[in-house]
Amino acid sequence: MARIDLELAHAYKPHPQRDEDYALLPLKMTFNDGGAYALLGPSGCGKTTLLNIVSGLVKPSQGGVKFDGADVTGRTPQQRNIAQVFQFPVIYDTMTVAENLAFPLRNRGVAADKIKQRVGKIAEMLELNGQLNMRSAGLAADAKQKISLGRGLVREDVSAVLFDEPLTVIDPHLKWQLRRKLKQIHQELKLTLIYVTHDQVEALTFAEQVVVMTRGRAVQIGSASALFEKPQHTFVGHFIGSPGMNFLAAQVNASGVSIAGKRVMEANLKLNGDDAITLGVRPEYVTLAAPETFGALPATVTQAQDIGTYWLITAHVGNGDGALIRARLNPEQNIPHVDEVVWLNIVGQHTCFYRNEELIA
Amino acid sequence: MELTLERIEQRVGANVHLYPLDLTLIPRAVTVLLGATQAGKTTLMRVMAGLDKPSKGRVLTDGVDVTGKPVRERNVAMVYQQFINYPSMTVADNIASPLKLRKEKNIDARVAELAIKLHIDAFLRRLPAELSGGQQQRVALARALAKNAPLMLLDEPLVNLDYKLREELRDELSQLFAIGESTVVYATTEPTEALLLGGYTAVMDAGELLQYGPTAEVFHRPKSIRVARAFSDPPMNLIEAKATQSDVMLNGSLSLALSLPALQSDMLTVGVRAGALRVDRRENDLALAGKVELAEISGSDTFVHVHTQVGELVAQLTGVHVFSLGEAITLYLNPAQVYVFGADGNLVVAPERK
Amino acid sequence: MKPVNQKAWLLILPVVLCVAFSAILPLMTVVNYSVQDIISPERRVFVGTEWFKAVMRDDDLQGALLRQMGFSISVLLVEIPLGIALALSMPAKGWKSSAVLVLVAISLLIPWNVVGTIWQIYGRTDIGLLGATLAKLGFEYSYTGNATHAWLTVLLMDVWHWTPLVALLCYAGLRAIPDAYYQAASIDGASKFAVFRYIQLPKLRGVLMIAVLLRFMDSFMIYTEPFVLTGGGPGNATTFLSQYLTQKAVGQFDLGPAAAFSLIYFLIILLLCFILYNWMQRVGTRDNSGGNHG
Repeated sequence: MARIDLELAHAYKPHPQRDEDYALLPLKMTFNDGGAYALLGPSGCGKTTLLNIVSGLVKPSQGGVKFDGADVTGRTPQQRNIAQVFQFPVIYDTMTVAENLAFPLRNRGVAADKIKQRVGKIAEMLELNGQLNMRSAGLAADAKQKISLGRGLVREDVSAVLFDEPLTVIDPHLKWQLRRKLKQIHQELKLTLIYVTHDQVEALTFAEQVVVMTRGRAVQIGSASALFEKPQHTFVGHFIGSPGMNFLAAQVNASGVSIAGKRVMEANLKLNGDDAITLGVRPEYVTLAAPETFGALPATVTQAQDIGTYWLITAHVGNGDGALIRARLNPEQNIPHVDEVVWLNIVGQHTCFYRNEELIA
Repeated sequence: MELTLERIEQRVGANVHLYPLDLTLIPRAVTVLLGATQAGKTTLMRVMAGLDKPSKGRVLTDGVDVTGKPVRERNVAMVYQQFINYPSMTVADNIASPLKLRKEKNIDARVAELAIKLHIDAFLRRLPAELSGGQQQRVALARALAKNAPLMLLDEPLVNLDYKLREELRDELSQLFAIGESTVVYATTEPTEALLLGGYTAVMDAGELLQYGPTAEVFHRPKSIRVARAFSDPPMNLIEAKATQSDVMLNGSLSLALSLPALQSDMLTVGVRAGALRVDRRENDLALAGKVELAEISGSDTFVHVHTQVGELVAQLTGVHVFSLGEAITLYLNPAQVYVFGADGNLVVAPERK
Repeated sequence: MKPVNQKAWLLILPVVLCVAFSAILPLMTVVNYSVQDIISPERRVFVGTEWFKAVMRDDDLQGALLRQMGFSISVLLVEIPLGIALALSMPAKGWKSSAVLVLVAISLLIPWNVVGTIWQIYGRTDIGLLGATLAKLGFEYSYTGNATHAWLTVLLMDVWHWTPLVALLCYAGLRAIPDAYYQAASIDGASKFAVFRYIQLPKLRGVLMIAVLLRFMDSFMIYTEPFVLTGGGPGNATTFLSQYLTQKAVGQFDLGPAAAFSLIYFLIILLLCFILYNWMQRVGTRDNSGGNHG
């Protein structure tokens, strides 16, 4: 196990000029020993490149990787003592399940009885013990992926176990069981785990700390609640949550914050001067308000959807041509109809303010 | 267009892919085919399109029997899970292909209009392979829309996209469908997607059509346990129960104050949607103590799996809540919010809707 | 019930005709010859299975068959491992890979009788590179005089000619293995040999099966190259089945026995391919555990 420090950048070209030339923009990051991390972002954001740099499959074009303070940038995955699980199951077809699990240990000359004990333990954790003597080639995709997971976890002394979207091939209703398994395994084995995914459920459920990435940049590192409550960057607000955060263009001046000419908030220490900012509020925190309530805006409802456990209201500020606001409303209240003008409260303790996409208050 | 399926049945060898079913699609509206993989959604869609001939039964469009009429002679547009485009044609030519086939006029204008609608107007000169997955599927959708067919079939069109892209494209699609020019059939495995698309929902399970009706209606009044199970994400919590004279007993000791109509058998199943379980106590609530098995966080909601005396329950809590594994927790439930199913699996009581 | 549409039969008619003229009719002619004694084009006598019995008793034929088996097995034993080794050492990408591919494929582009001629010259002790070199080194090398030398030369020639085919097939098979497998293996700490044994070899199973079958069938029917190189000699040391058959049919005009022999030859190839194919199908797919299908 190890603490992993990254201070690096990775460019597609030898002499990068612009941001677009980078797969990963210069970043500095630390993964603590025994932590569970997720790298979350849309496809092409650089998360898999970052993972492969940690494992040693890719060498960064600038900077380096340190494990417990020692520079390992030039070392192979084997020398780094890393385990990695890939998106699609990688199975040694001719081996049995037990032989597959034992393979990383056998290659390192671990004693036979030790191998047997370790394989037994991992197989039990992953509920593979009934299939140990079966040939792995004939198993279903989820069992195969469990074997891949098992091979990643079977070594006690790994520096870290890396996962590259490992649940892609798993049937949806089996996914939560495997997520739970992974969480339990993390608690029991105290391994450093780094998990790449584009799925927010996976990342937020699994990790203690989530790194949200977009366009080669890590825009926020934080816990699930931090990402939900205080997104540091508008991208995080948009990406986390479905639907994501509402963003409204706002103007700050001496008298306070106003949206579409309507004052919704007093000026304060952080929000003053003369400035164009963006107000962000999650649909979960938008509430219906009485007309002319301070902190609320009039909006015309353009869509009202019954999503079962709640209603999703889509409204446009003003007469229906202004900015879009979405609200998640509890079905126990009166739900407004399409074309109805309602007052929506958007200012409260959960409201965030952004300048140039960065959180300011 | 009105599409009617009459006693449709599909068998391949000894395997039954579709059990006899009747279905008349609401014309010019969206019908969601909801069911798990292997439920028969794709089979049914292929019969609707005319790609397969049913083993038995008739397919009628506007009252005319078209059973066995090949797909080429019908006017149907289809979009698949995979992003299917002509690889050697530019985006513009791809979208124009159905129009050229019909030798229409003003093709360029129509292509430009569709491209703007689907936000691919910047890529018209490119080849599909040069686009991202989301953009490729937009091209496929634009081509299907260009056909302007009275029947449009979409087989899990968003399943291969990142969830944020999915959200965006689904929104746009539901706006396009809302114009109401064609009858749309949209297959999905996700209950939430059905709710977001609205319209009408046909719930399928293991080759059977279980229920068809307005989406919200089917969700709130599922005919049977099977419908409730298929149309619930996370899955509906089901608890074995017994009817007594005055109430419903869970696990022999917990009593739910509910009045039931006369029943054949006192064996019941109580269904509780994850959203009905709370961690804050209100008056008349039933308390269920347990231990946290896992808290799944979706961003907007937290799904807490709890081991309780009545079995494993999943509660859906709004926002982000952090629980550690094994933590003690008490869930609260308003008895008025439960579903009760009889011994035959059919709905007895559903929560009242506002 | 709707009447079943019979039009589809028309569509497969061309194929039926092709197969009939190219395979079934010639085969039937051969069957016809094999049961008759053809004394002259006008005079023929039905002899039943007489020729088959005679052919089975023919010592020369049995000798040729044994030589043939020995040759084909040697070919497989040398060419398959060599082909795999060659494929493994070929560069995977870049201009080098294209260059090597072309180089490797050259011998496959040479007409078979030219291959024989090339080696005939190559092995000559006066002007041939191989022959002269061996002679200079003090070996009394002679593919026309020494049976062992003739045999080894024919084998070497076949290896030179056909190993590239095995290599190209394996090369294609190797390129189809996803990178993740190599990455996983390097992370699992697998040695180069383990990567070969547990990833490359199992993933090559399909192409190897094709390579073995092709090489077996082709080598079993070898004719042109040894005919040009050694003419079957010295003695009949390199007279393989097809050459013996040709001698019988064309040289001595024993059409009846030659036809019977052809049929037996055909059945032998069919049988051996069948056995080989089934054996290979099972290798590597049988379950190591007994009845643990759960």
